[in-house]
Amino acid sequence: MDTLTAARAQMEVSLAFHMVFAALGIGMPLLMVLAEGLWLRTGRAHYRALARKWAKATALTFAVGAVSGTALSFELGLLWPRFMALAGPAIGPAFALEGYAFFVEAIFLGLYLYGWERLSPRAHWWAGVAVAASGMASGVLVVAANAWMQGPAGMDPLAAFRSPAWPQMALHSTLSCYVATGFAAAGVYAAGMLRGRRDAYHRSALTLALAVGTVAAVLQPVSGDLSARHVARHQPAKLAAMEAHFRTERGAALVIGGIPDVEAGTVRGALRVPKLLSLLAHGDPDAEVTGLEDIPADERPNVVIAHFAFQVMVGSGLALVALGAWFWLARRRGREPGRWLLRALLAGSPLGFLALQAGWIVTEVGRQPWVVRGVMRTRDGVTPVAEVPATLIGFSLLYLALGTALALLLRRLATGAPEEAADAP
Amino acid sequence: MRPETAVAGVTLAALVAYAVLAGADFGGGVWDALARGPRRQAQREAIARAMGPVWEANHVWLVFVIVLLFTAFPAAFAALSVALFLPFHLVLLGIILRGAAFVFRAHSPRGAALRWGAVFGAASVFTPVLLGMCLGAVSAGTLRVIGGAVRIEGPAPWLAPVSLAMGAFALAVCAYLAAVYLANETAGALREDFRARALAAGTAVVALSVLLLPLLRAQAPHLWEGLLRPRAAPVVAVGVAAALLSGWALLRRRFRLARAATVVQTACLLAGWGIAQHPYLVYPDLTLAGAAAPAATLRFLLWSLPFGMAVLLPSLWYLFRVFKWGPAPGGEG
Ligand code: HDD
Ligand code: HEM
Ligand code: HEM
Repeated sequence: MDTLTAARAQMEVSLAFHMVFAALGIGMPLLMVLAEGLWLRTGRAHYRALARKWAKATALTFAVGAVSGTALSFELGLLWPRFMALAGPAIGPAFALEGYAFFVEAIFLGLYLYGWERLSPRAHWWAGVAVAASGMASGVLVVAANAWMQGPAGMDPLAAFRSPAWPQMALHSTLSCYVATGFAAAGVYAAGMLRGRRDAYHRSALTLALAVGTVAAVLQPVSGDLSARHVARHQPAKLAAMEAHFRTERGAALVIGGIPDVEAGTVRGALRVPKLLSLLAHGDPDAEVTGLEDIPADERPNVVIAHFAFQVMVGSGLALVALGAWFWLARRRGREPGRWLLRALLAGSPLGFLALQAGWIVTEVGRQPWVVRGVMRTRDGVTPVAEVPATLIGFSLLYLALGTALALLLRRLATGAPEEAADAP
Repeated sequence: MRPETAVAGVTLAALVAYAVLAGADFGGGVWDALARGPRRQAQREAIARAMGPVWEANHVWLVFVIVLLFTAFPAAFAALSVALFLPFHLVLLGIILRGAAFVFRAHSPRGAALRWGAVFGAASVFTPVLLGMCLGAVSAGTLRVIGGAVRIEGPAPWLAPVSLAMGAFALAVCAYLAAVYLANETAGALREDFRARALAAGTAVVALSVLLLPLLRAQAPHLWEGLLRPRAAPVVAVGVAAALLSGWALLRRRFRLARAATVVQTACLLAGWGIAQHPYLVYPDLTLAGAAAPAATLRFLLWSLPFGMAVLLPSLWYLFRVFKWGPAPGGEG
């Protein structure tokens, strides 16, 4: 394996791993704060038990998020030293501000997790709010750095904050954290209810998780549409790749599913909706959409991966909207969630994370062959060190082991009853 | 002051904060690994109690140092990332295992908790050694950057004798810091345990400095001369005086004084090293000015500093007031 391939793979493994915990680190504090707020307002004990349980889960996931994030900040240099020598002064300011957000997050998380007895209930709740807000802020800030890579607006210290892609990406990726966390948490309680635990604790947990998940999931296609229009305007190569759109034409059809055949410039087995791509991308059914044929051959991203990942993201996103709608409609009719609904929620619980990972693959693979679009190619940013395949294998195994151990611990935590006695966070 | 010097000063201050705060968390892990005697379980519990609420916040100082480095001195970050590819990966391995094992242990059933505890202890020992070695590599003089390309002259700079000695020194300092802090946060027989450990670690710190000095003189003369220059010498002198004071205070069981003196000692020794390095980031090819980002980026960092600190410092103060300086609550949370 050559250094470039290995470095890409190590970056992807590290980012994909971190992203799971980052999303939980943004989503879980919101759930905790909502549950604790309901406890403060209603005084019903099961809300407090929920907040405490979620706080314990967050203690586990936050630590893994923090250490894997630290690894990423080193890896930016370890894998892409030439990229960082160029980009550091421009994207560094976003990371510096993110650093302050990390401090706030870690400080108030410490207060939240260990402060149940030491802080007043109100102060404790506000500590949770600080964690939720700073987690969101850190995600928004790091996305500024990525938005700069998608289309740099200069090299000065404010360039990352002027990236035209930033607002759309920040919105879409923040929502995605709430979608992913909400539906994943819902799955845990759907499983519990399927095993017959239909107490107030489980019902409230399911409702809260799905309230957060559904609101975000319904907004997600709207925000995704904003992102897509932006991509259509500023990154035609990415749009063409994710839509598997080969020929430049007016009134372009939307290609759903199928396997792109790059040699032949067609998509096999796809569903086509006439004029829809032009409408979605440019707001006009007869607008012209640039095809891959008009992108220089050495500037085309990988169509097969980008298209497939895009289908996975949109498909999962729409499925989650449907799941959420099912739950809330059943609830409005005053019904208890039935077995089929619970099974569907359980089956759908990983879809948020799937969509989130797939979306990042669209964004990052669609940016290729550039590491900084139009400025530096990925192969020019990579490290000259030859040992990357070894560190790739080492880190992949490490993350696999840690991920497995953590999953077992979380399962143990989830299947345990809500404890009030043993309270080590 | 030139902007790159100011940012370098901020970076050095953040490194000092990391050493004084997170260093003690690593040291706690060392004493966890070395927990002995009838109060072994109580020792471990005291360590976990001391670290629990603060270690993640303490850890962020390292992230902050790295971010400052790649934002303000991108050429140095790139060169170090290439030259120290292997030790940096090992540091990451240590950081990841230490942090994960610490929280996993707290949530595991007994048998697994013991295993995670062993991982936690081992990672807490080898991570500070590696961090010290990386710091040594910057001063060793064999890490060359010529025409933007990294060249290693002779054996790997992080394995040079100076670097190895700095690694051992870092470990001893971490252990010393932790034992002194823990003696402040415990009472009775447990406090005596940590006092004895502090005295042992303090002796190791002194012994290693006696070893390090001639080594520096022979192998890193530029650093040796830097330490003797009027800019660095007073700082180092204060550090040495504080070291003696902290030892004396420990012997006399003046624990608060020992803690304050230990902090001053660590801060001054590290700051003295940084000042002695000046104007080099990586000796002899990368100077602060030569590796610095454009002035606008440096100014952004400096201007954002007061705003960031206005948020950070009160929050940190609150955290430490609640968990370290406040009265202990009735029931442990
Ligand atoms: C729960 C996760 C999730 C869901 C349900 C969706 N997305 Fe998404 N999408 C992401 C999570 C995500 C993301 C967080 O992974 C990305 C990567 C970069 C970003 O800003 O958000 C993303 C990127 C992304 C991009 C590329 C943006 C760029 O490269 O600048 C587009 C065009 C869309 N999305 C469009 C959509 C549409 C039309 C959806 C309709 C259902 C949708 N997404 C659902
Ligand atoms: C869009 C992508 C990302 C998002 C949304 C995100 C978000 C977060 C969040 C919420 C945390 C808090 C820890 C947790 O909750 O587990 C975190 C931690 C961290 N992240 Fe990320 N992150 C992203 C990508 C990155 C990248 C690319 C880097 C570095 C290059 C990075 C570096 C870090 C670091 C250093 C920490 C640890 C902070 C600490 O010690 O508390 N992150 N990230
Ligand atoms: C957290 C969610 C993210 C995921 C899942 C993700 C995913 C990926 C993937 C799959 C690649 C490899 C692309 C390829 O080689 O084809 C990559 C590359 C890269 N990403 Fe991201 N990315 C994320 C966020 C970020 C952020 C916030 C940054 C900010 C600096 C970033 C910086 C990079 C860099 C420097 C590379 C390597 C160069 C390249 O391949 O172009 N990524 N990422």
